[in-house]
Amino acid sequence: MKNIFLFIRVYFTFICFLVLQVLSIILLSNSSKSHEAFFASAANEVIGRINSRYTDFTSYFTLKEINRQLVEENNRLKNELKADFQSPDSSKKMVVDSTLKDPSHHFRKFTYLPAKVVGNTVSSQTNYIILERGAKQGVKKGMSVIGPEGIVGVVIEVFDNYSKAMSLLNRNSKVSAMLKNDNVSGSIEWDGADPSYLTLKNIPKSSKVAKGDSVVTSSYSANFPSNLLIGTIAAVGADPAANFYTLKIKTATNFFSLQYVYLVENVFYTEQTKLESTQQKFNE
Amino acid sequence: MSSLLKNIIRFILFILVQVFVLDKVPPLHQFIVPYLYFLFIIWLPFNIGRVWLMIIGFLLGITLDYFTGTPGLHAAPCVLIAFMRPFLLSLLIPQETTEQSYAEPSVKSMGGAPYSLYVVLLTFVHHFYLVLIEWLEFGNFTYFIGKVLGTTLISLLLIFITELLFFRKAKFRSNA
Repeated sequence: MKNIFLFIRVYFTFICFLVLQVLSIILLSNSSKSHEAFFASAANEVIGRINSRYTDFTSYFTLKEINRQLVEENNRLKNELKADFQSPDSSKKMVVDSTLKDPSHHFRKFTYLPAKVVGNTVSSQTNYIILERGAKQGVKKGMSVIGPEGIVGVVIEVFDNYSKAMSLLNRNSKVSAMLKNDNVSGSIEWDGADPSYLTLKNIPKSSKVAKGDSVVTSSYSANFPSNLLIGTIAAVGADPAANFYTLKIKTATNFFSLQYVYLVENVFYTEQTKLESTQQKFNE
Repeated sequence: MSSLLKNIIRFILFILVQVFVLDKVPPLHQFIVPYLYFLFIIWLPFNIGRVWLMIIGFLLGITLDYFTGTPGLHAAPCVLIAFMRPFLLSLLIPQETTEQSYAEPSVKSMGGAPYSLYVVLLTFVHHFYLVLIEWLEFGNFTYFIGKVLGTTLISLLLIFITELLFFRKAKFRSNA
């Protein structure tokens, strides 16, 4: 017993060093998996508040860009208005259905929630976005984050008034995507090199691919509504040995000037992911 | 100004500069990430105990980590350089005279060559360990070598500029 105390006293510094190192590594490996990490929630509330002070100040400098994005988005949405389309046969009389319920049983799958971006990095290998919306405002884990020009990321941690989203510019991010032309789906990843380019993998060589084609979210994704723009093909890379293309995608979203985003909730998210996970168990 | 107050202000300033200035700089290249915050550990006074040095290092790292959203990534290298600092200092300087007469490491208290060696070694170790952790997560050897070299060079340049801009008066302790 005495020897143990003696050992601890002699190597006290080194033991402290080891303890702190192990603590750091544990924190790092648990950071994205569990949000129950000690004092993480309180720390993130404080950091969120400091960040929102900073963005209150810097948001003035990007107002022009934000306005341009909003005008463009409004323009796109206005072009989809029903009022702009003429029905083909105007002589036909419209019959008003008297039933109060929508007979075709339309139901809502996605709900939208605007949020302000208070923290955003692009220079690291694992970039995250801090949003000024949290559990108290109805944010849930797994909600997707989309910007006015294209998709941005997925919510991974939720605190009381702030939430943390994994940006597309994260080495761990993986989003199901497809080519707009022929609906072939693949997955969007980031190689960590350039914040304005993503990588689209697993597109078979049989599909028609051209520079400038749009890449949109696929209908397989549980987080994202389908057919949202991710980016356009900037370069086509083909490994002669593989059956798949590796495409370089220019992001639609400008990650450098992110100010306001929408949080999208899939109402059936838990149901869909539950089904996907049971399927995996079958395969094992 | 007391040494404690001065270091608390330094802590806050280094974190703010790192988070709101250096991390907001548009990235030039994947390998070049400007880091300056660990200069706080290099500048800490001589008379801090080894355990406290590591705890302060951990606090500095974890504070930055909560801003970047990666708890532990910067804390680990900070603890490592805080652990190595006393060994390096005892190797590089004549302990009895310098530690008694000066408050903290600087060009004036240690001499040009030993101080530069001290800064270069700690910077290199910090980045080596930081990128090693990232490398273990993602795996790409050219990324590892390139980023260690690129980041170390840019950090050394930043430290050099900081040393020129903020000239610290090397204070004699009173009884020397």
